[in-house]
Amino acid sequence: MLLTVRDVGKSFETADGPQPVLRGVSLTLAAGRTLALTGESGSGKSTLLHLIGGLDTPDEGAIEIDGRDIGAMDDAGRAAIRRDGVGLIFQQFNLIPSLDVGANLGFHARLAGRDPGDLKLLAARLGLTEHLGRYPEQLSGGQQQRVAIGRTLAARPRLVLADEPTGNLDETTGDAMMALMRDLARDSGAGLLMVTHSARLALMLDARLHLRAGRIEDAP
Amino acid sequence: MSVRAIFLTLLLAIAPGASTAQGFAGLGQGGEGFDLPEPGRVFAFPADHGPHDRYRIEWWYLTAVLDGADGRSYGAQWTLFRSALTPDGPQVWMGHFGLTTPDAHFSGERFARGGIGQAGVTAVPFDAWIDDWRMAGNTLDALTLRAATEEAGYALDLRAEGPLVLHGGGGYSVKSATGQASYYYSQPFFAASGTLSLPDGDVAVTGRAWLDREWSSQPLEGDQEGWDWFSLHLDDGHRLMAFSLRGGAGFHYASWIAPDGTTTPYYGDALMLEPLRQARVARREVPVEWRLRLPARGVDLTVTAVNPDSWQATLFPYWEGPVTATGSHGARGYLEMTGYE
Amino acid sequence: MNRAALGALLAHWRRHPLQLLTLVVGLALATGLWTGVQAINAQARLSYAQAAATLGQDALPRLVGDLTLADFATARRAGWPVTPVLEGRVPGSRARLLGIDPFTAPPSASVPGLTGDDGAGTLTGFLGGTLVFAAPGVSLPDSLPEARVSAGLAPGLVIADIAVAQSILGTNRIDHLLILPGAREGLVPLETLLPGARTAAPETQGDLARLTDSFHLNLTAFGLLAFAVGLFIVHAAIGLAFEQRRPLLRTLRALGLPASRLTLLLAVELAGFTLIAGALGILMGYAVAAALLPGVAATLAGLYGANVAGSLGLSPVWWLSGFGMAGAGLVVAGGQSLWQLARLPILAPAMPRAWARARASTLRRQGIGGVVLLGVAGLAAVLGNGLAAGFVCLGALLLGAALLLPPLLSLVLDFGIVRAKGPLAQWLWADARQQVPGLSLALMALLLALAANVGVGTMVGSFRATFTGFLDQRLASELYLTAADGAEAAALRAYLEPRVDAVLPIPSAEAVLEGAPGEIHGQPDHVTFRQNWPLLDAVPDVWNRLAAGEGALVNEQLARRAGLWAGAEADLGQGGRREILGVYSDYGNPLGQAILGMAAFGAAFPDDVNLRFALRLPPADAPALVDDLEARFDLPPDRIVDQASIKAFSLGVFEQTFAVTAALNVLTLGVAGFALWASLTTLGTMRLPQVAPVWALGVTRRRLALADLARALILAAFTAVLAVPTGVALAWVLLAVVNVQAFGWRLPLLAAPGDWAALALWALVAAALAAALPAWRLWRMPPAQLVKVFAHER
Repeated sequence: MLLTVRDVGKSFETADGPQPVLRGVSLTLAAGRTLALTGESGSGKSTLLHLIGGLDTPDEGAIEIDGRDIGAMDDAGRAAIRRDGVGLIFQQFNLIPSLDVGANLGFHARLAGRDPGDLKLLAARLGLTEHLGRYPEQLSGGQQQRVAIGRTLAARPRLVLADEPTGNLDETTGDAMMALMRDLARDSGAGLLMVTHSARLALMLDARLHLRAGRIEDAP
Repeated sequence: MSVRAIFLTLLLAIAPGASTAQGFAGLGQGGEGFDLPEPGRVFAFPADHGPHDRYRIEWWYLTAVLDGADGRSYGAQWTLFRSALTPDGPQVWMGHFGLTTPDAHFSGERFARGGIGQAGVTAVPFDAWIDDWRMAGNTLDALTLRAATEEAGYALDLRAEGPLVLHGGGGYSVKSATGQASYYYSQPFFAASGTLSLPDGDVAVTGRAWLDREWSSQPLEGDQEGWDWFSLHLDDGHRLMAFSLRGGAGFHYASWIAPDGTTTPYYGDALMLEPLRQARVARREVPVEWRLRLPARGVDLTVTAVNPDSWQATLFPYWEGPVTATGSHGARGYLEMTGYE
Repeated sequence: MNRAALGALLAHWRRHPLQLLTLVVGLALATGLWTGVQAINAQARLSYAQAAATLGQDALPRLVGDLTLADFATARRAGWPVTPVLEGRVPGSRARLLGIDPFTAPPSASVPGLTGDDGAGTLTGFLGGTLVFAAPGVSLPDSLPEARVSAGLAPGLVIADIAVAQSILGTNRIDHLLILPGAREGLVPLETLLPGARTAAPETQGDLARLTDSFHLNLTAFGLLAFAVGLFIVHAAIGLAFEQRRPLLRTLRALGLPASRLTLLLAVELAGFTLIAGALGILMGYAVAAALLPGVAATLAGLYGANVAGSLGLSPVWWLSGFGMAGAGLVVAGGQSLWQLARLPILAPAMPRAWARARASTLRRQGIGGVVLLGVAGLAAVLGNGLAAGFVCLGALLLGAALLLPPLLSLVLDFGIVRAKGPLAQWLWADARQQVPGLSLALMALLLALAANVGVGTMVGSFRATFTGFLDQRLASELYLTAADGAEAAALRAYLEPRVDAVLPIPSAEAVLEGAPGEIHGQPDHVTFRQNWPLLDAVPDVWNRLAAGEGALVNEQLARRAGLWAGAEADLGQGGRREILGVYSDYGNPLGQAILGMAAFGAAFPDDVNLRFALRLPPADAPALVDDLEARFDLPPDRIVDQASIKAFSLGVFEQTFAVTAALNVLTLGVAGFALWASLTTLGTMRLPQVAPVWALGVTRRRLALADLARALILAAFTAVLAVPTGVALAWVLLAVVNVQAFGWRLPLLAAPGDWAALALWALVAAALAAALPAWRLWRMPPAQLVKVFAHER
């Protein structure tokens, strides 16, 4: 199994004491499969995604990627997982502002020690050819999102994690992005886990899970 | 060496209001060894025109009200101060120069040590000098006065047309209710003529002048803060000297001088002085118009400064300048005001 | 509305006390630096001016001859503004006695201590011979009156009333009458009034006085530098205060606060900061100045006999200039920010703009401005005339270099991006480049501080070397003496020849040099001169040729005026036409001067009777010989001078100048470092969107922190590299432009590469310290805080 989440719990310190956000979440995702994670605001879906991505550590339970428990890893180990095993696509602040589009596209792959391949070809496929020399702040939201997807394509991670990747985009652009990501997962045999609050987008993926108040409910 | 600071201290002995009053033990005793004025002294002239070194301070004080050939009014003042640091010397001299026009006032000062001839006074022949400032003549009846600063100067001939007059009780001039006093006599009957040197050129002048002689060791009470002093030449030939010491109990005195020199002293409420108008001079308010009354002689005058800006910008600054008076009499004269802060 | 809005604005500072501290301390430091330098400068100038008036009797013409106090009175009574002076040595002591007349001495001449509460008593004692004033450390024999120590007096000086001085010295004479300004026209000439006396021109003590002027001018220049550094820091501090609250400002606008009102409120707030931080800064500057002033006072007092009061008054001028400094920063920085704010659309992005990518157009503008300013500096240096041009040159150079810093840094960093291997290195360079606009003001301040350090350090070093050379050259011998006449000269010489190592005659004569009045000296061939006379320009074998009677040496003034240097031929009037063998520096002398070998001098001036001698002997023997000569030949003290001890003392004291300069330099650098720290710290929080994506892609916080540190070091290193040439150019302008315009001579520039390298190292240390805290915070930052950047439910 590419990804196994078992009984994961997480709380955050607030002014009113510890506030549980995840209360024993379990799920699995196989390579080449896509999974939508839906839920209301505050249901804990982004937190779960961050834990899977190694950005934060769970208080309890285990998260295994290719059989390795990232909760038991140290800072450097989790950084290595993010670098080598995972591709992250967020709603915003995906890109490195000081690098131009070309450098952003190749950055993750090179960081992971992989050849990013022909970036021009990649840019052409994403419709970014004209923007290769531009900087993130000079791009529209959709263009930025395409760069983030392209970056993940070039890095060829085993697991792609996306957090409301189309949240800032209009429906047409959003759908195009969705198609891109789905193709990306299928072509590379990677798993895709996407957080969204849109039932319509969730239906475009292989499977759906619904989070409510930190627990998995059956998908509607 | 700061001469300024030293003389400021020295002048405290002269200046009313800041008197140190140190060691003053009453009449007949010389505070710190200085002689003190006593009533009943008989003056001996011309010897008394010269310095009295056993007294702490002394001055030769000439003021002149002058009419220029150009029709304008002028005033001239020259003073030589002597001050003894101790009863046995050293003597310190200070000269003051003042020249007033209706729209300008020039002042100057000089300092000198005694004993080397740079400044001094001799009685016979009469000679009073500091540097090249000098008032001299064979007798006190005929003097020549010359003094100049870098800006202005005067050369005046003075001819006495009347006798010397003694103020107070035969020249013993009381300065407070508690008896502080000085020796004080005047020659108020000078006719003056000469030339003023002004920045715009020389002006020939004629007029009247008044010489004051005064010496003492402790002239004022400690709480007296200043004086207002008038010397007036009245149109009818009388002269009037009047002063008021401000602060403390206050003290008023006037000498009514007949054309023949007969002098009548008046004390206390006999003389009434009332400031009528203030002017802003050297960043302070100074009265430049006065009402002066001596009812016993039917005198009721409004006295007005010729130039309100007659400020002596010397180490110890004060107001001194010519005045004109109207009212019961017409008069010309000089006004000196000290102690206005 | 005002209260609520102002409350919201101020609440920001309550939530971010560190930012508040940064702003206030930054403003205060800038103000303090400026005030401190100003205070030192002003106080030194004021005190020196007073002292110059006391001792500046040398600058007045005098009447000399067989004079007494009666002659003084005669001159006064004739209207002459004169004052008597009697000089001598206190019997049984090495102290110099100066007799003066307190009634006619110039009013500016002041003996501190005579103005106490007991002025009359003091004056009585002074005139009566029971009190004198003495410099600290002077020991007087018991026979003398009570000595009151007066710290303001030149070392070794005792002042007494002239009559008292006469009785101490057992004479009824006076030395001379100083002729004060202000004599009326038409006075009887003094020579007529006092037959036998003659008027003497002021003694030319101008050499040291002019070096002193140079010292002051350079302090003024340092003040200018401090101002520039301070202005940049204030600018940076205020700019940050706006950037930090951009989101808040947008919200306030969105809630209906008019832009004009918001602008007004911010202006009020800034004025408040100016008052508080300005006052703090002034007090800090005062403290700094007070701490450093004893050094300055000792420097001037020791070197020049100048009287610098050791205490410092807090004058209103400093308050004003301090607030002016803070206010200038406010107007420059705050004005710009307020103007932008007033025009800001409500929906402008709330993201801090400080980290916006450097716009090519801005960089180009800065680059063009910088080049133009450097051009102006160059033109002012080459074509300019007058001191103003010198300072224009100085200002343009500094500002130009500062403006060029961001574009040059960007170029270098661009190059680094291209050359970088590996994604992280590439990101490091790219991120550094992006930091340039946000840090540019702080970096400019660092550049100016470093340049000031290099410039002033080089200037002071060159000044010291020059001064040392000058003293060595002029005071090479242990003793100098002047005989009254030829017979005494011969007797002295005969007596001295067997008792000292060398008796060197110093003959001189007036001559017309290249058409202008000047002096020709004869110089014996002696190792003293060969070793000690530094030549600016010389032909080979110069000393041997001079000794052989060939050619002549000329001073720098003559060489510059006539445009004649070594190898050219000069018309030396009675000295003949001669080849210039060398050019020597002759600081402060306005006249041309030439030196011939002894034989050549004797041939040119056969009638000259030499009265002056320099004596070489073991320095330890000098005092004994002085006493011996005084006793045997009845030499008055002004005719025999023990220069060696003066020189040693002067050189020792000069080190204190260095101490003061070094302290000011450290302070300047520290302030610049603080500005850098402030910028890095406050912007560190805004940098999260920059750092978080890199972290999310798998770079540990530790490496990111190290990268932060490296970036600061890269920026500081390039700034330092640019600062060294700027500083050297600065020193060159001070020495070769400003000094020449002000005084007509040029101080040589002595390179000190070791010092510069050390300074560059200090810059790196400062940068590392400045970046340490922000980097450490990044390292220890909880991941949750980094994650927040991506969380859309923020």
